[in-house]
Amino acid sequence: MAAVPKNVAAIAVAVLIAAFTAGSPEGLRYDDTLARRSALVAQPFRAAPTDVPPRRIISLIPATTEMLFAMGAGDRVAGASNYDRYPPEAARLPKLGGLLDPDIERVIALKPDLVIVYDTQVDLKKQLERARIPIFPYVHRGLADITQTMRALGARVGAKAAADAAATRIEQQLAAVGARVAGRARPKTLLVFGREQGTLRHVNASGGYGFLHDVLEIAGGADVLGDLRKQSVDMSTEMILTRAPEVIIELHYSGEMKPEAFEAERRVWDAMPSVPAVKTGRIYLLDGQEFVVPGPRIVVAAERFARALHPEAFR
Amino acid sequence: MPARVEAIGGVNRRPVRQRLLWTVAGFGTLALAACLLAPLVGSTRISLAAVFDRSIPYGENIDAQIFFVARLPRVLAAALVGSALALAGVVFQALLRNPLASPDTLGVSAGAALGAMMAITFGLDFSLLGISAVPLASFAGSMGALAIVYGLSTARRRGTSAVVLLLGGVTVHALLSAVIAFVQYLADFTQTFRNVRWLMGSLDVASYAPIVAALVPLFVAWAGFATLPRVLDLISVGSESAAARGVNIERTERVALVSASLATGAAVSLAGPVSFVGIIVPHLVRLIVGADHRLVLPASALFGGAFLIGCDLVARTIVAPLELPVGIVTAIIGGPVFLWLLFRRM
Repeated sequence: MAAVPKNVAAIAVAVLIAAFTAGSPEGLRYDDTLARRSALVAQPFRAAPTDVPPRRIISLIPATTEMLFAMGAGDRVAGASNYDRYPPEAARLPKLGGLLDPDIERVIALKPDLVIVYDTQVDLKKQLERARIPIFPYVHRGLADITQTMRALGARVGAKAAADAAATRIEQQLAAVGARVAGRARPKTLLVFGREQGTLRHVNASGGYGFLHDVLEIAGGADVLGDLRKQSVDMSTEMILTRAPEVIIELHYSGEMKPEAFEAERRVWDAMPSVPAVKTGRIYLLDGQEFVVPGPRIVVAAERFARALHPEAFR
Repeated sequence: MPARVEAIGGVNRRPVRQRLLWTVAGFGTLALAACLLAPLVGSTRISLAAVFDRSIPYGENIDAQIFFVARLPRVLAAALVGSALALAGVVFQALLRNPLASPDTLGVSAGAALGAMMAITFGLDFSLLGISAVPLASFAGSMGALAIVYGLSTARRRGTSAVVLLLGGVTVHALLSAVIAFVQYLADFTQTFRNVRWLMGSLDVASYAPIVAALVPLFVAWAGFATLPRVLDLISVGSESAAARGVNIERTERVALVSASLATGAAVSLAGPVSFVGIIVPHLVRLIVGADHRLVLPASALFGGAFLIGCDLVARTIVAPLELPVGIVTAIIGGPVFLWLLFRRM
């Protein structure tokens, strides 16, 4: 059942491909020669225009949209994804779908001269190449990718100096957070990404890699699941009890959670009184969109983690 | 109902009362052993002496908390869900006169899934007597689906044929699945993840409140099931011949439909969809005890519980400290077993 939306998207993409290829002499046939030829055709468009800064950029990922605004290229962004909320100007841009369902027709209709896509959006990339629209493919793994991407993106859109400066500032601010908590005991921390509201079922938490794991380590916490080579871990009740975290940080992403809801959700953990974090009351519910967007606001996320983990360092 | 209805397919010549005793004793021992042993095994080693050591305060006693918070509710949930799904499977197979019928066939579990997806996607945040929004919405969804199917079955004045009920139910299931896909499509990234995870099933209930809540509809379902064994034997042969023997077909079918749906709704809202239990347990049990529903029903209830406790034990230990969703284990074990059964019969 869960796969159905993907199927819908795949069918939609297939129909679109059919629509696009129908007009070409090759018709619907899609063989190797065609793929190679289109790759050859698309190549110069991707490589060449670095000296001509794009003027109509479409960013389909909230993180890169925020990066563009942070490097002062916000006024050149012509469209964004359905999930863009920050900065407020980005929320007012035309919404062109998400990772799984980009609205390719509207993307092309906006006549962009650069589209930032996620590297796994294979179909979208193919379509854009065929429409001869240059793309900037983006992948994200760890914390270091944020500033690295900012610098590369800055160079690509002709805002190298501003992007370099913004990236350096982020690195300095992260280092400052790290310095502030340096030398302090690092509590074993469970970083919860989500669970079923009102219960301790389906607890999903940070494993040994990923940008939030990296941020947690910078902010002076020791990831209690750091030994597991997974970005996120489905935790059983038994696992929470045996891992015995000293601090629990629980993330919420709405940015508009009410105080009484905070209190109710925090009390849910009382069912496990032997967990040190429950015993000492060190359970922190943090609500904010910056926790889902690996962009410039990562500094805010790092500082919020550090304040929760080491309140005495911020007095 | 006639005073005496002879058992059908009676190859076994021993009186049914004696066979029932042996059946319940055998499967009961298995279920009891599963209930007692499963909480002792897990990804961590615990000491039973420490669990019941009153000198350690509960707040400090990790062994006791692992036993009472992590494992015991889980084993109880597995026992209830497994037996409810197996019973519902037996009843649907007899009612619809179709060996492929399962608790999922009539759309009740799809209704439960839709309820849960909506609670997660639209962030419903309420609770009732300690039960959170997702299981509540899930149970409401299953009852909504039951209302549609029940409406279908009573739309005609005098009962309805198994074929109509089956086709109607399958269509409701397909329709609800499409709505589930639509709700999924509306969900954002983090919600989609939780939706998918819910659809894989989990018995890690982490408290007793949802189990107690599930017992309410389950008691009603059990009361319904208790009236069924003899008449199901007749119905599974054919409703005409059952009617000829004086069975009130219409009433029996409704009791069967409502009881099996309540059991399914309770099970799915507690654990999420757990596939194959409702289909393979009844077939395995019939291989062992024959087709007499007076034996099949209690045996399936006991064996279904034991089977799911076993599957969940595999799910939580095989990749420890991580664990597999129990729905994957039941499908991986249940799928091949069912195929084996199928080819054995061909």
